[in-house]
Order: sequence, then structure tokens, then C-alpha cells
Amino acid sequence: MSAVASSAVEIPPAWTLPYRGKVAMASLIIAESAIFTIFVVAYLFYLGKSLTGPTPREVLETPIFFTICLLSSSITVHFASKSLERNNRATFLALWSLTIILGGLFLFGTGIEWHRLIYEHGLKISTNLFGTTYYSLVGLHAFHVSAGLIMLTIVLIFGLAGQVHEDQFRRVGVLALYWHFVDAVWVVVFTVVYIVGR
Amino acid sequence: MSSDAITIPALQIQEKPWVDLLHEWVTTVDHKRLGILYIVYALVFLVFGGIEALIIRVQLMHSHNNFVSPQVFNRMFTMHGTTMIFFVVMPVLFGFANYLVPLMIGARDMAFPRLNAFSFWLSAFGGLLLYFSFLGGSGLYGAGSAPDVGWWAYAPLTARAFSPGHSSDYWTLALLVSGFGSIGTSINIIATILCLRCPGMKLNRMPLLAWLNLVMAGMVLIAITPLSAAQIMLLIDRYLGGHFFDAQAGGSAVLWMHFFWIFGHPEVYILVIPAFAFLSEIVPVFSRKPIFGYPVMVAATICIAFVSLSVWAHHMFTVGMNSYANSFFAITTMAVGIPTGIKIFNWIGTMWGGRILFKVPMLFCLGFLFQFLIAGLTGIMQAAAPFDWQLSLSYFVVAHFHYVIVGGILFALFGAFYYWCPKMTGRMLSERLGRWHFWLFVIGFHMTFDVMHIPGLLGMPRRIYTYEPGRGWDTLNLIVSIGAFIQAIAILVFVWNLISSYFKGAKAGNDPWDAWTLEWSTSSPPPPYNFATIPVVASRRPLWDLKHPEDPDSLYE
Repeated sequence: MSAVASSAVEIPPAWTLPYRGKVAMASLIIAESAIFTIFVVAYLFYLGKSLTGPTPREVLETPIFFTICLLSSSITVHFASKSLERNNRATFLALWSLTIILGGLFLFGTGIEWHRLIYEHGLKISTNLFGTTYYSLVGLHAFHVSAGLIMLTIVLIFGLAGQVHEDQFRRVGVLALYWHFVDAVWVVVFTVVYIVGR
Repeated sequence: MSSDAITIPALQIQEKPWVDLLHEWVTTVDHKRLGILYIVYALVFLVFGGIEALIIRVQLMHSHNNFVSPQVFNRMFTMHGTTMIFFVVMPVLFGFANYLVPLMIGARDMAFPRLNAFSFWLSAFGGLLLYFSFLGGSGLYGAGSAPDVGWWAYAPLTARAFSPGHSSDYWTLALLVSGFGSIGTSINIIATILCLRCPGMKLNRMPLLAWLNLVMAGMVLIAITPLSAAQIMLLIDRYLGGHFFDAQAGGSAVLWMHFFWIFGHPEVYILVIPAFAFLSEIVPVFSRKPIFGYPVMVAATICIAFVSLSVWAHHMFTVGMNSYANSFFAITTMAVGIPTGIKIFNWIGTMWGGRILFKVPMLFCLGFLFQFLIAGLTGIMQAAAPFDWQLSLSYFVVAHFHYVIVGGILFALFGAFYYWCPKMTGRMLSERLGRWHFWLFVIGFHMTFDVMHIPGLLGMPRRIYTYEPGRGWDTLNLIVSIGAFIQAIAILVFVWNLISSYFKGAKAGNDPWDAWTLEWSTSSPPPPYNFATIPVVASRRPLWDLKHPEDPDSLYE
């Protein structure tokens, strides 16, 4: 019955639609951006409103090295998926592993910073408004980095087992897109927390 | 797989043992089955939410009534609001979107069938969490209690000190979980519409239902997420000792209001845009004319979506914002009336000069047009900040938003049920019972919600569990309550109609309404693969082209 609908009209010559993975990831990024926006707004709104110390100016140190790590991992993941597209699997695996190492370093940096804040300065999530908003915002980002690292590692395991092929470059590209988003969010969080917020 | 599926007749499926059948439904990833699961799930919660509404109305029937205690009354209006918004209207709209969008754009399923199932079960789990609070709200060691903080859960009511036990946590988690489900479904709807359209189905040839659901899904991404973020903050406050909404540590209760209403107002449009979508499909078919002003309809929808993101603080005129903020939100709120008015004129323009068939789906759409217009007018009244200072938190507001949600959205939904049920079950709903349903519901609706405006104007606040005699509220409240019971009877007629016609309704055939969109080109109910061959379209009304090859739409578009 439905076949008859096609009898009247000709199939248009070129009928290509966007890749569903990319569209879905873009949609997820829009949704995640809205979540981060609310946390950033809360951070900015409560700047300087803590009733007790410590304040950001007293305790925060700019994590320049770890920021460079995270931002450069965006470059490595980009070239990793490009090399997979060109079927250069050794380069893909090397760059992909480098991405994971750089992301892991960033997460390690967050860990060190939190350890210092908690044990040296006594800043916990319940200490004051700064603590609440700082750990929530940075923690939300660190959660997204962790989720990304888990997914990157799964791909790496498949890659080492020889299961990732060039025809999957679009799928890998979707994950790379997510990783770019995680990096872009860090640019915003970094600006808000370490530049504007001090 | 597909060749096997084609040869299985419907009879064999029904002979399976019920355990197998249940297993099939629970593990299904088919968009049609998930759509029906969404709809049935919403109907179950409609009964819960409806019973809560009736309890509220019995309590308010006359002054100094003792039907329920103040505590139970608080739980009832909280659960009624939360249930109806998050676990009735949202899922039922997602259900229709799930069922119809792939069929209308000529696809075999959604873009991500397993994500689709996952999203549904997340939403279902959210609803169970909310209702589990009746048992576990005080922890499993004591008597249960449901959330009683109101559906917008203003701080500091939700602070540990004022909301001990776990009822507020169940509320928070239920909304968080179902919110993730909504985001998943919306991502799916967007990916399906952008990536799975059949050949020839350009964006400007898509049925308006697909267009409007695309806009709705986009709004969900931007508007539901602030609520999720605020719920995460509330959980941090309640469990980790955070201070987001803790005024004693410098936190702000007003910030919660902003975050809630940044979600809360666009939510109204998330609910009403799919209702617009139903109208845009049903009105043309029963007017025997193509939709009037297709591009303008799309533009007006996108316009509504944009403007609705900047109107939230009109819920907060009485909070004490400065006059610039008040003016801004008053103006943007009134501005929403313009694209909405365009839509109403377009539907009237579609009917104008048409050969209107007053079948039940069309009756509900006409009810929508009339009542949604009035709801919009009382909305404009409250958009004026000084007038809202008088009306805010009164029964006038309650009457207004029920006019939108019941008089508008629910009427459109009933229209959609009568229009698409023949496609879903293969059998027509009874026209006679449908008319009983329609007229009973219209009478009950107007008794309840027309009259409810008056005690609001007289100063009756919302959320009070009882009131003094001699204020002139008694008779009005009695009429409102009687109307509520008439609506409940109408719903029973509707449910009876659904059940009886499922078993002995007239066979629908593929195309009972002589309609023009692709879902009517396949069998009723459609096979699991929807279309044996993927259709190719050349205009907005592919079935018209098919039925009238001598004069196809594609010549004029």
C-alpha cells in the first residue's frame, strides 16, 4: 500500500541527510550547555556573598599547566579521528592514548587542587557559598571529564583489540565532538572561576 | 527478520502466552509500542492525578470542611500538580510524538530505538519514585508521607529543617530522572526528524506535527535542563550540606524561583506546542482544506519558542523585582500573544470556506480554539504587573492555567485520541460515546474553571485547605466541585470508549478520515517496519497526490 506513494513521484537525485550521531551529540551539547549555564550563573551570582572565609582570592591558584593539558587534548583527539578516517590506525591509537593521558593529567590536577583546598585551607562544600558553588561547578565539569575518559578508554580497548576500523570514523568523531565540548566548557569555567571570580 | 515479520498474521501474535507478550512489551524498542507504553502510562497517572484533584475539590466544597487534614491537603495539591505536568501531559505528548513522527516522515523507527526505550523506562521509573514517597517518604521506619512543598517547591520549604524525612528527595529524584528521560526522547526526536526523513520530504514539506515536535524537542533541551541543574543543587543542599538556597548562609531563595521558572514557563509551551501540532493536522482534514499559512505557522512556532524563554519572571511579580524587570517581563509576556494569535487566525483561516465535518476530533479542536483564546486573554490580564499584584497566588491564577492545560492542551489531546486511535488499534472509537464525552467534559470544564475565576477575583488564595463561611465563596466552590465530578464522569466515558472500541469497535481500515499524511498510507495498526517500501514524496500532502494524480499538490508548491 505504501509502495504506491512512490509510484507517482520520482526519487530526488541526491538525497542525503545529516549523520544522526552528530545531530544527537549536538543536541546533547545544547542540553548540557544549559545545565552548565545555570551552575555558572549561580557561581557568578554568589561571588562575594559568602558570610565566612575562605574567599577565592585567598585560596585559588590558577591551574595553568593542567589547563594546557586539557586544551591540547582537544588537538590530539581531533588528529586522532582524522588519522582513523585516513586508515592510519597506529597514529590513531597513539594520539587517542595521548588524549586519555592528557585528560587523566587534568583530572589528577583537579584532584591535587581539591586536596590542597580541603586539607590546607579547610574549604569544603559545606564551608560557605564559595565552597558550595566552586565544588559544584568544577565538580560538574570534572564529572564530564571522567565520563569522557571512560568512553575514550572503551574505544581505546576496542582499538587495541583491533576492532576500530576506518569506516567507524564518524562514530569516533561523535565522541571527539563530546570531548571538544568538555574542553570548551573548561574555557568558560576557567574564565569564570580563576579570572573573573578572583 | 523482515521477511518473516511480513508473513506473521495478527492472529498468531495473540495466541502467544501472556508471559511472552509481556516480555515483548517490556523489552520492545519499536517506536509504536513505546509510544503506546507512554500513552498508557500517562493515562494511569491521569487517574492518580485526577483522584487527587477530586480530593482537593471535595475538601473545598464548603467552608470549614474536614474531609482531609491540612497536611494531607498540602500533599494532594503537590502531588496533583507534579503528577499532571511531569507524569501525564509530558509522557502522553512524547507518546504521540514517538508514535507519529516516524510514520509521518516516512521512517521505519526513531533514530535511536534503544535510547528511546531507555528514556521511556527512565520516565516510568521517575513516576514510581514519586509515588513510592507515599510509602517511604519518612524513611522506611515510619508512616509514609508524600511531598508537600507545592509543585514548584520554593526554598526554604525544601530545606532539611522544614522538610524532614525523604519526601522532598523523592520529589527531586523523580523529576531529575524523568527529566533525563525527557532529554533523551527529545534528542531522539530531533535526530529522527533531521536525519531519517524519506526521500523528497524536505523540511518545508514536513507535516506540521513533525515541525512543531521538532521545536518542542529543542525547547526541552534548553528548558528542562535548568530544572535538572536546580534539582542537582537542591540535592547538594540536602545531602552534602551545600548552601545554594540556604538564606542563613547567604544563599538566596529567589534564585531557586528564577531557576524553577526558567524551566517552568517554557514548560507550558513545551506542553502546548504539541497540542498546536494536533490541531494543525486535525483541523485541515476535517475542514477538507490544506492548512492555511504553512510557513507562517512554522515561523510563529519558532517565534513562540524564542519569546517564551524570556518571560519566566512574570511568575514573580509579587517577589519584589525592580520596575525595569517588571516592565521587561510584562512586555515579553504580552508579546507571546502575537505569534499565538497568528496561529489561531491560521486555524480559523483553514476552516474558513471549508466543508467542515463535525466529527468528534473536530469538536475537541473547536473546543480548544474557543477555550485557548479565553485562557490567552486571562493570561494577558495577568501579564500586566500591577494587576497581577492583585491576582497572584489567587484562584484566578489557578483558573487561568487550568484553562490553558485542561481547556487547551487536554482538549487537543482528546481530539488526537479520537483522530489517531483508529491508526493505533485498527478500530474506530465510538462516535456516540465520543459526543457524550465531549459535551459532558465541556459542561464540567466550564462549570469548574469559568466559575473558579470569581472566587479568585474575590480574593480566595490558592493552596488554602479551608475557608471561613460568609465570604461569598461557598456557593461558587460548590459549583466548581460539582463541575469537577462531571469532568470525572466524562473521563470515565472516555476510558469506557477506549476499552469497548478496542474489542468491538468498527474496523478502521487504512485511512478512515480520508487524510493526507503518510501515516494513513500504511495499515492500521502499522506493521513493525511501518512501510514495506520507503515512500517518496513530492508535496506536503503525499496522500492527496496519490488520490488525485490528475491534480497533485506538487504542481502548486
